[in-house]
Amino acid sequence: MNAIYGLYPDPDSAQRAFNMLERATSDLGFSDRNIVVLSGEPYEDYGFGQQNTVTLMPWLAALGGLIGGLSGFWFVSFTQKSYPLISGGMPLITKWSNGIITYELTMLGAILATLITLLIVARLPDWRKGKLYDPAISRGKILIGVTNPLEGTRDEIEKRLRTAGAEVVKEFRK
Amino acid sequence: MDKTPEQINEELLYPLYHASWRFYIAVAILGSLVVAAFAAWGYQIYYGLGMSGLNRPVFWAFYITNFVFWIGISHAGTLISAILRVCNAGWRRPVTRCAEAITVFSLLIAGMFPLIHLGRPWLAFWLIPYPSERGIWPQFRSALLWDFFAISTYLIGSVTFLLLPSFPDFALVRDRATGWRQRIYNVAALGWRGTPKQWHRLEMAMRIMAVAIIPVAVSVHTIVSWDFAMAPVPGWHSTIFGPYFVAGAIFSGIAALIIAMALLRKTLHLEEYLKPVHFDNLGKLLLLMSLLWFYFVFAERLTTWYGNFPSDMPAFWLTQEGRFSKLFWTMVFCNFLIPAPILAIKSLRTKVGWTVVASIPIIVGMWLERFLIIVPSLSHMYLPYNYGSYSPSWVEITITVGTFAAMGLLYLLFSRVVPIISIWELKLGIHKTEASAFLASQEPVEQP
Repeated sequence: MNAIYGLYPDPDSAQRAFNMLERATSDLGFSDRNIVVLSGEPYEDYGFGQQNTVTLMPWLAALGGLIGGLSGFWFVSFTQKSYPLISGGMPLITKWSNGIITYELTMLGAILATLITLLIVARLPDWRKGKLYDPAISRGKILIGVTNPLEGTRDEIEKRLRTAGAEVVKEFRK
Repeated sequence: MDKTPEQINEELLYPLYHASWRFYIAVAILGSLVVAAFAAWGYQIYYGLGMSGLNRPVFWAFYITNFVFWIGISHAGTLISAILRVCNAGWRRPVTRCAEAITVFSLLIAGMFPLIHLGRPWLAFWLIPYPSERGIWPQFRSALLWDFFAISTYLIGSVTFLLLPSFPDFALVRDRATGWRQRIYNVAALGWRGTPKQWHRLEMAMRIMAVAIIPVAVSVHTIVSWDFAMAPVPGWHSTIFGPYFVAGAIFSGIAALIIAMALLRKTLHLEEYLKPVHFDNLGKLLLLMSLLWFYFVFAERLTTWYGNFPSDMPAFWLTQEGRFSKLFWTMVFCNFLIPAPILAIKSLRTKVGWTVVASIPIIVGMWLERFLIIVPSLSHMYLPYNYGSYSPSWVEITITVGTFAAMGLLYLLFSRVVPIISIWELKLGIHKTEASAFLASQEPVEQP
């Protein structure tokens, strides 16, 4: 993967660069999917931080909770039926006490489903080398760039990134 | 806060790269106490549970007191952090990780006590739900097994809640580190890059986790209280125990958090991050919980006294006027009479030192409360022929002291490897505050 990107000192200049790149897709021969944004903190108040905001995560957490709860109730009921032993004058399948374990496993299911969903959709872990990144991001800079730009357009993209306020423009080659 | 992102990184990552001689001395002292506790436990394993003070009829004492106490302390973190996240309290940002770490460590410590209390810890796997050779599963109707599920769920949830917002900070450390340190933090950061999608999903996951973890935390201490309330023991079989334990847990948890934050503030020079306003806000919560604690104790004691059941009264009078009365009234002083006036006076509550002065007795008082719930009831249960007494042995005292040292040691080591304040959340808070200030400074546009 090749890329050309600018490092921006503040979200306003990053937003200008982002808007400029969105407008320039047809001129410079790349699509919206080629625009890359990396930052050291979330900027959900800005357009560049609001990409890919549609997610099924809450529903998947609820599904995980449902699966956890059902499997918890089944598991406890199964053990009580597999060796029928009346204790404490309680029925064999005791809804009150089984409800507690069902509840805990419902919550555990929701928690694990959330964790697994996050790891999958955020593509973590990913220790492969050669991914576009710049350590300046952790010093508060915002990276806005274009991946795989056409050969003849590099100078123009660089010029526009600088015009938007980039402190520095860099090239990335894998 | 007039600091650049680079200054914030520099100041908050400083403890990860530099340690003073005080750090090594503290590690040596705390480590020695932990080693002594393990040695005492080894002695008990070798010679048997008779080396503790446990004897008929008091079979639950220091170890179960510690178990309940540390589960209570665990409510410092995840629950408080989750509530503040759900309420979107901006001041939470420097506090959350300090709090969440307390939860994980205190749960780990609490989890040791059922093993220590077993006497034969190599049989601990009997607690795990699997069928024995005869096809018998554990008794799922037992309140003790509910603990296994509740505490396991809470531990998994709390570790996840602590780890998720740590990935961006691990990435930050990775970017500044070199050599072996960089390799370790590279693995810990899981390859975090900070794309908008990653940020959005992380924040979404934290919101879901915060909502999920609050009922789990409440259920954990409720279920711990049911270890007692489900038993027909005088003084235990009470419907008030669930909320009473949860309130007590949050109470002791906040006190522990204030002490931990004050120590971090002093030793890691975090005065500009952990400000008096944070202690003031936590102090208000602590005052509320102190009043709530007194209400619960009064309601519980009054009901027992007014009921005047012959089986309840011996244990009741034992704590009011008998052998345990000094401990009882010390508890009331520590949990209410000392902290409530301090925290009610604004000029004291807004000073870090005074919030710590109010919090230290609460830790003592809440430990005593757990002890006073367990031992007097067991020692004076029903008919007088069965009455007994309890005195802790040196083994139990050493192990108890060791757990406090273990908490300090784990926290100290944690603050050396993980930024104790969530850096990206702090920066986000500053950024949001600046944006709000900017909007507030704008002239209102007159509507036509």
